[in-house]
Amino acid sequence: MRGAKSATWIAGAIAIALSATACGGSSGGSGAQAGFVRANWGDPQNPLEPANTNEVLGGKVLDQIFMNLKEYDPKTGEAKNAAAESIETTDAQNFTIKIKKGLKFSNGEALTAKSFVDAWNYAALATNKQKNSYFFSDIEGYDKTSPEDGKPTAQTLSGLKVVDDTTFTVKLSKKFGTWPVRLGYKAFAPLPKLFFDKHEEYLKKPVGNGPYAVESYERGKLMKLVPNEHYAGQHKPKNKGVLLQVFTDSNAAYAALQAGNLDVDDDIPAEQIKNAKNDLKGNYFTQPAGIYQAVTFPFYKPEWNKPGMEKVRKGISMAIDRKSITEKIYNGTRTPMVDLTAPVLGEANGYDKNMCGDVCTYNPTEAKKLIQEGGGIPGGKLTISYNADKDSHKQWADAACNSINQVLGDDKACVGNPVGTFGDFRNQITKGEMNGPFRAGWQMDYPHIENFLTPLYATGASSNDGKWSNKEFDKLMDDAAAETDIKKATEIYKQAEKLVIQDAVNIPLFYQNGTVGWSEKVSDVALNPFSVPVFSDIQVKS
Amino acid sequence: MGRYVIRRLLQMVPVFIGTTFLIFVMVYAIGDPIAAMFGDRTPDPATAAAIRESLHLNDPLWSQYLQYMAGIFQGDFGTSFNGTPVVELMGNAFPNTIQLTLVAFAIELVVGLTLGVIAGLRRGRLVDTGVLIFTLLVISIPTFVTGYVLQYFIGVKLGWAAPAVSIDVTLDQLLLPGIVLAGVSLAYVSRLTRTSIAENLRSDYIRTATAKGLPRRRVVTVHLMRNSLIPVVTFLGTDIGGLMAGAVVTERIFNIQGVGYQLYQGILRQNSPTVVGFVTILVVVFLAANLLVDLLYAVLDPRIRYA
Amino acid sequence: MPDTETSVHTQAPVDAADVVSVELKTDKPRSLWGDAWRDLRRNPIFYISAVLILFLVVISLWPSLLTSTSPYACDITKSKQGPAAGHPFGFNTQGCDVYARTVYGARASVVVGVCTTLLAAVFGCLMGGLAGFFGGWWDSILSRVGDIFFGIPILLGGIVFLSVIKGGSIFTVVLLMAILGWPQIARIARGSVITAKQQDYVQAARALGASTSRMLLRHITPNALAPVIVVATIALGTYVSLEATLSFLGVGLKPPTVSWGIDISTAATDVRNAPHMLLYPAGALSITVLAFIMLGDAVRDALDPKLR
Repeated sequence: MRGAKSATWIAGAIAIALSATACGGSSGGSGAQAGFVRANWGDPQNPLEPANTNEVLGGKVLDQIFMNLKEYDPKTGEAKNAAAESIETTDAQNFTIKIKKGLKFSNGEALTAKSFVDAWNYAALATNKQKNSYFFSDIEGYDKTSPEDGKPTAQTLSGLKVVDDTTFTVKLSKKFGTWPVRLGYKAFAPLPKLFFDKHEEYLKKPVGNGPYAVESYERGKLMKLVPNEHYAGQHKPKNKGVLLQVFTDSNAAYAALQAGNLDVDDDIPAEQIKNAKNDLKGNYFTQPAGIYQAVTFPFYKPEWNKPGMEKVRKGISMAIDRKSITEKIYNGTRTPMVDLTAPVLGEANGYDKNMCGDVCTYNPTEAKKLIQEGGGIPGGKLTISYNADKDSHKQWADAACNSINQVLGDDKACVGNPVGTFGDFRNQITKGEMNGPFRAGWQMDYPHIENFLTPLYATGASSNDGKWSNKEFDKLMDDAAAETDIKKATEIYKQAEKLVIQDAVNIPLFYQNGTVGWSEKVSDVALNPFSVPVFSDIQVKS
Repeated sequence: MGRYVIRRLLQMVPVFIGTTFLIFVMVYAIGDPIAAMFGDRTPDPATAAAIRESLHLNDPLWSQYLQYMAGIFQGDFGTSFNGTPVVELMGNAFPNTIQLTLVAFAIELVVGLTLGVIAGLRRGRLVDTGVLIFTLLVISIPTFVTGYVLQYFIGVKLGWAAPAVSIDVTLDQLLLPGIVLAGVSLAYVSRLTRTSIAENLRSDYIRTATAKGLPRRRVVTVHLMRNSLIPVVTFLGTDIGGLMAGAVVTERIFNIQGVGYQLYQGILRQNSPTVVGFVTILVVVFLAANLLVDLLYAVLDPRIRYA
Repeated sequence: MPDTETSVHTQAPVDAADVVSVELKTDKPRSLWGDAWRDLRRNPIFYISAVLILFLVVISLWPSLLTSTSPYACDITKSKQGPAAGHPFGFNTQGCDVYARTVYGARASVVVGVCTTLLAAVFGCLMGGLAGFFGGWWDSILSRVGDIFFGIPILLGGIVFLSVIKGGSIFTVVLLMAILGWPQIARIARGSVITAKQQDYVQAARALGASTSRMLLRHITPNALAPVIVVATIALGTYVSLEATLSFLGVGLKPPTVSWGIDISTAATDVRNAPHMLLYPAGALSITVLAFIMLGDAVRDALDPKLR
């Protein structure tokens, strides 16, 4: 019978279809474990190598499993010695670093000066493809390990020398007095022998020297952290461990938090903040983080750089009603900017709430006047370019434009210009293809004003996206770098910041906030200056 | 018919090559993926050059494609940018997505056909209007909203189902996302069935069957359904691949690390190994589903023959 | 079909010469399409949908007829507020007037929905129809070409195509969606044609020596059209949402273009706190889809002679 024959063929085709789609794969079990903190996480974008992690998700783990020479005080942001016993310099160029005695990695391996030097040399060598390599560019010899053209001519940095088990010296290529402040950044973490000898094994289960050690890691799903018995620092965990669970979306994590399937969620969506009070019974807070959003200008386009344009730029800045935008659109999870650093720095590290003053204050009449005095918006039309693929930049870009349009009394003077992918957006920026203002966000690497200025405004700096250049500014930056006293250096950096604001190099918009909510099972939840929960302090109720 | 199946299987080869090449060119066309890896920073030239070399980005496109295809035939789909082998990503994503697809597909099939048949038999009555209203609802309210609203009310407020799927995906957790995912397809299936049924209801052979005194049940299930199913089956066949690849929103909302989610991440990060690898598998699924549908035509309507 | 006697094809207007249609220019006694048109004009559903569609066309062309408020005049301080005097639908997140944006959004959405559907349906029917009718190599080649396009995930296609050509106009969005959308309709059309081709009346017509074009146009098309109409009318709505997704991803329509899709997806994130922002553009989209579904139903009924 033909029907039966067809059936066999169909069965065969089904079998082929199934075998084509059947990929193996079973997942290991993971129930809720008593005493553990279940926290929201996302899949890191890079392998968990300290010098290769330049985004928050990988950073969240590295913060827990590594202790650097310095660490930043969760409250004041001050850089304090952690693995370092002392870091000394007399000329702001040569540093002697002594580390604490008897330190160990979580696998029991001894941690010596060599662990740091090897790690830094690895990071600085171009062939290792570490994305944070430029952090080592101040150390002498970087031009040989990562030359701009051609293959590396040296395998190690000539500026690094191991003196003994607990001492090493660093020679920078030029004076940089506040350099030790950055040593709390993850890229400067020490690495165990395992990292170099059995790299694959390290990637499957990273080993560090922080408060926690990785017990198991299922990529893309779950990481289980337990207290590191060899940890010798100040932040001994007050819980049995942390389960970092990967969520695909912040709303999904928020739903899990409400349903009691998650304990700590540091990524509450802005739309939910209004509901959080009820949903979480008050177990949440929001505070400014070391991240901000701003808009900068293409200084390589003459129409935006000619004399008088500083008035227009200033006017545009004053035409934006930051307060209403942060309140109405972000429900207070963003804070209007009043300087070019971030409040998490604290005044000691260069935050100054009076820095921006008028330029960051909404003033419709003055704004309109300034724009007209400066010759008006070039071509009468303004676009604000942004990448549309994440963080809903569209919302603030549209709101900023509406605000400007209202001031100018022209419905269509300013429009948002979305760019599909972050990659495309960055490519347009680095190639200098922007025709009008565009988004310029910054996320700090370490809490000091220097990190908010050098990379962004120094001539030719890596994140100087508008290609702004000012000799006076560059000179002040050199002066500050030559200063060995951090306080004095900070003051000079602030003078340089003033220059940037006076020239209205960018339009500061708002500091992004870190927001965290937690379940009734846990208490003592706080955020560090990088808006990562301080996991070691969290207590789990039994 | 055997020859037909073999011919169709052979035809998959050029389609497979054509599609993968097209995808490869497309991911390539988005532009240099290096810039996005470095965040808001111009890449360090030495590091960028080293990464470019390791990803073969300096080679001409055809050579990259050949290298990639050569890898695929050895079971090596490359490595995603965060160091995870794409095979491992697929091993995690496909089981989740296949389960989700099956759940959604089952809902579509059972609910869609039932609604469609009832609406078709009672054209212009309450059920028919109900199907129409449902169609309008799922079309005009984005999946994002339905997903989110159902997650909130059924998952969080009522606690009937887990609001977010846990790491170990279980079938019962997939029911809610399955319903959300099935939504739009359900509208297609029920309206297609309805129209087909309504049309065939008036045909002579149904009249004959009824006149012969066959029980109504038999008339409907055997005579009417069988002849009305072809458009529905065609749609369902095209929909399997769509469900698997198109669950981006549903998978995100309900925390399912599946194909749609990985694909979307891959596209945003211009991660060509991930995108091409996943699409390659999806293309095979599409082709297999289409072949199955064509074979089903012959079962549903014996007059259709393939030489 | 085994248990059916030779079915008399009531539809083949071979020798039905009882009425001569005067309105028709053709010298043929009674045209199927002419009959359909006459039927259509008697169907109240057709008029309701026609009036709705006409209304949509009018507001697409002259949105200012319905509102004097500008969709671009937005005041952030009024963000998410409910209805007020002169602003019957309230305000959205940006503080823009929801009513004005719903009215002005019609143009982009209706054009995108209708044009994409037409393009995809015409091309899809052509490809699918030929593949189904001729079978063999035609089928192999046309269907496999469709498969290639089918394999491209729409998000990937959208992001790549639109960011490479730096799109953002309605035309490019319509083109892209039609390119990626036609294979679905082609498969449905192919399936229907394959079925219709087997019907006795088609075989009869073939036996009577009818030409290929005559068979396709007069016998197969009317009978294969119903599933295509169903799929196309629903697809119309999904194209509008798809445009929204693409715009949301930054590769679709660029501001200041206003569309329902953009407003729906922007409002969607905040539906728990301000549902009115979603309600009106989504409602407008529902009405549009309803109008076309009703039109589709009416056309289908008109083409079905068994209803006469």
